[in-house]
Amino acid sequence: MNNTTWPDDIFRALMDLDVIQVGYVPDAGHTKLIQTCIADNRVRAIPLTSEEEGIGLLAGAWLGGQRGALLMQGSGIGNIVNMLCMARACRLPLLMVATMRGQWGEMNPWQVPMGQTAEETLKLQDVTVYSVDRPEDVGEAVIAAGRIAFNGPAMAAVLISQRIIGSKDFK
Amino acid sequence: MTHPKQPVLDRRHVVENLLADRGELLVVAGLGASAWDITAAGDYALNFPLWGGMGSAATIGLGLALAQPERRVLVITGDGEMLMGLGSFATIAVQAPKNLAVVVLDNERYGETGMQETHTAFGTDLAGMAAAAGIAATATIRNEAELQDAVAVIRHAEGPIMHVIKVKADTLPKAVPPKDGAYLRDRFRMALLGDAAAV
Repeated sequence: MNNTTWPDDIFRALMDLDVIQVGYVPDAGHTKLIQTCIADNRVRAIPLTSEEEGIGLLAGAWLGGQRGALLMQGSGIGNIVNMLCMARACRLPLLMVATMRGQWGEMNPWQVPMGQTAEETLKLQDVTVYSVDRPEDVGEAVIAAGRIAFNGPAMAAVLISQRIIGSKDFK
Repeated sequence: MTHPKQPVLDRRHVVENLLADRGELLVVAGLGASAWDITAAGDYALNFPLWGGMGSAATIGLGLALAQPERRVLVITGDGEMLMGLGSFATIAVQAPKNLAVVVLDNERYGETGMQETHTAFGTDLAGMAAAAGIAATATIRNEAELQDAVAVIRHAEGPIMHVIKVKADTLPKAVPPKDGAYLRDRFRMALLGDAAAV
């Protein structure tokens, strides 16, 4: 995770997309990006107690004329499934950027079920999904997903592979 | 926990008072009876009544209040809906939007699913939970005199505000708002942001 630029690439992409409200549930993979969002007053970093809150938050943001994004861990995708009805029924823009666990060399078996089903879960809910395996593709994928989200309006997610983030090792 | 005394306030009367002379007020209502209540008071473009997404009403209000800091945002929801989104008390407290008020019409029942008692019927104190989460302006309103004082606070005092209003567990005629979310969305955004905001 050291000496990587992809978190900065995501932040630049969010700026290019005119994102203002950034809701987040922390993940180790998003540490640097969350720090950047908190430090930069062009965005409002909003800590959430659950990813579900992010769906409401971003619905309200867009009703009020602001764009937003939701930063989350892949496991959070399981937490938002019913709440996606709002973005879907109202056709609201929803841009999600998830760092994945339970996907590649995971040491915690409790992370694996959601890690292995997150992409299909989102697709079943009509979310456009870009799964990214290479760090150099992350920023571009966020721009592409943002265009889907805000030009639709529609739901779009970027899933950042555990291969990019690296897996924890509990030794 | 002990049962509190029987509520006396009528929910439609409460909402009529909350929304009287509403002007530019932005209103979000939780699914079910709260959505029927705001619609009974008038189906306005600046209403956003929910048909699903239980637990999300307060956070929709938060996102809206942050995006529109010069406009007053009022979330009206039920105790069951609020119980499903308790974490939003903490999230709202951290953001502390001055223009946001959340009102829970607490009939101590899940009104749309058979009037089962909610946790508040057994003493769970939603205003206390909001206060403990860090929302300073909380209260539980139980009678007409308290309601009349509370309306001014809810409409005009510095937020974030979270008030519980204890209401009778009546099943009232439905006043049904439009159901098409895309229509509700465009109607709301056009009234708030202008015609160019239509998708």
